[in-house]
Amino acid sequence: MALEELYREVILDHYRHPRHKGTLSNADVHAEGLNPSCGDEFSLDLAIADGVITDVATQGQGCSISQASGSMMADAIKGKTLEEVGELAHKFRVMMSIDEGENPVDPARPGAVLGDLEALQGVRKFPVRIKCADLPWTTLADALSQAES
Amino acid sequence: MQQVRADFPILDRLVNGKRLAYLDSSATTQKPSQVIDAISDYYRVYNSNVHRGAHTLAAEATIAYEDARTKIAQFIGAGSSNEVVFTKGTTNGMNLISYGWGLNRLREGDRILLTVMEHHANVVPWQIIAKHTGAELVYLELDEDYRVDLSNLDRFVDDRLKIISVSGMSNVTGTIGPVPQLVEAARSVGALMIVDAAQSVPHLPTNVAEIGADLLVFSAHKMLGPTGIGAMWGRPEILEEMDPAEGGGEMITDVRLYESRWAPVPHKFEAGTPPIAQAVGFGAAIDYLDKLGMEAVRRHEVAITRYALDRLSEVPDLRVVGPTDLSARGGTISFELGDIHPHDVATILDQEGVAVRAGHHCAKPLMRYLEVPATARASFYVYTTEEDIDQLVTGLYRARDLFGLA
Ligand SMILES: Cc1ncc(COP(=O)(O)O)c(C=O)c1O
Repeated sequence: MALEELYREVILDHYRHPRHKGTLSNADVHAEGLNPSCGDEFSLDLAIADGVITDVATQGQGCSISQASGSMMADAIKGKTLEEVGELAHKFRVMMSIDEGENPVDPARPGAVLGDLEALQGVRKFPVRIKCADLPWTTLADALSQAES
Repeated sequence: MQQVRADFPILDRLVNGKRLAYLDSSATTQKPSQVIDAISDYYRVYNSNVHRGAHTLAAEATIAYEDARTKIAQFIGAGSSNEVVFTKGTTNGMNLISYGWGLNRLREGDRILLTVMEHHANVVPWQIIAKHTGAELVYLELDEDYRVDLSNLDRFVDDRLKIISVSGMSNVTGTIGPVPQLVEAARSVGALMIVDAAQSVPHLPTNVAEIGADLLVFSAHKMLGPTGIGAMWGRPEILEEMDPAEGGGEMITDVRLYESRWAPVPHKFEAGTPPIAQAVGFGAAIDYLDKLGMEAVRRHEVAITRYALDRLSEVPDLRVVGPTDLSARGGTISFELGDIHPHDVATILDQEGVAVRAGHHCAKPLMRYLEVPATARASFYVYTTEEDIDQLVTGLYRARDLFGLA
């Protein structure tokens, strides 16, 4: 049943216990995202040194999908180079069918490519909710373009 | 009201393999065959522009358009059909008023009194006009049972008060607005009294002569009619005095190079080709509601709301955000379910065939005031049955299961 795929336990766990919650006093970039149609909010602080994301903090308010996606994203990007994060974001968006391409996830090895984030695949069956999963990632894209400039 | 359901073809469809329980009538209502047929008949048989041309089709279209105006006037107890202006809907009506009355009359320091439960359609137009004129917005708040708190009203009733605009019924909490008390307050200082009747005209018997307000706006699509049309009722002196916010064809008697003369009320407010098919459909919706009788509509909604509040009170962790007193509310129930976000509630309910709205319901000031990020909302109309409510409750238990609420 699609609903069980949508509300996987790992998603509810990230929703109820978001990782890296808060703000950074030493943030190099700060970005905020808002979904005006549903009111979901997400904000992101990144500390960046030598092209590596050394620390992450997020805050938000909204549905389980947007907030879990943000928590998983924070986990996934910490310690990665900006280039790696760009690639990760692209893979995520292809997996969610936001960007075109072949789904990078390997069904034979669950979690091998995108870790916990793969649990969000169930959202694809609910097209109106894809923008919820995407909110933290559009916020990240904003933060990364700030970091570049 | 079982008979009523048979008139709404859409209610026969399945959603996600389940019977459709349509509980989003505050957003827009479903349409009976009588309305759908009237619109299709217009396009098939007498489609034409109105008030232009001498041919038979133009005459038939004009008669149907003006007939709809007459039906609306009678439905709300207006003295004459000239008191009814066709608009694009409530939002458009409110903007016609804020620009047509507010822009040229408000001065710096004048006050516009609203309540915190207003829809954005009754907030944003006033913010715009306040910016233009230097007028100031002031707000009444709510009491513990989500009714408008009038204990502070006197503080605002003085010669600075120029406009009071209030919702006849909230589209979030279902609260019935304190229109009679505010009419009295407005009268005592000569302020303009406006009712946002988007949710009240569809659900409560309405008689503008008894209400005593100056202007009242509502939308056809929230009362069985089509989208794209609404009505603004105004006291004749007020409509006479008010400026047209839009200019163009249809609203003039003469146009010269540098100035024009307005057509008489109500046409001076209806610039351009109006929504004709929609007016015809609006008229058919009025006929339908007239046949049911608005007293019967209200009785049905009170009964279904009582049933819904009872059943919802059985669901653990469910909190209703709205009045408990049935005489103070209509059939719109906002609620929260434990820590499950309303969007998740709505997605799960949708899989069960239950259509509800989740979000801020175009009332962000109210959400902030109540300190809730969003609510889920079930809203009822003439076709709502106890079976719909039972299906809602079943879906809510499913949501509890999926989110592991014990
Ligand atoms: C109380 C209230 N006022 C105004 C509106 C705006 O109506 P419309 O969108 O038809 O212009 C609505 C409907 O959404 C409403 O519920």
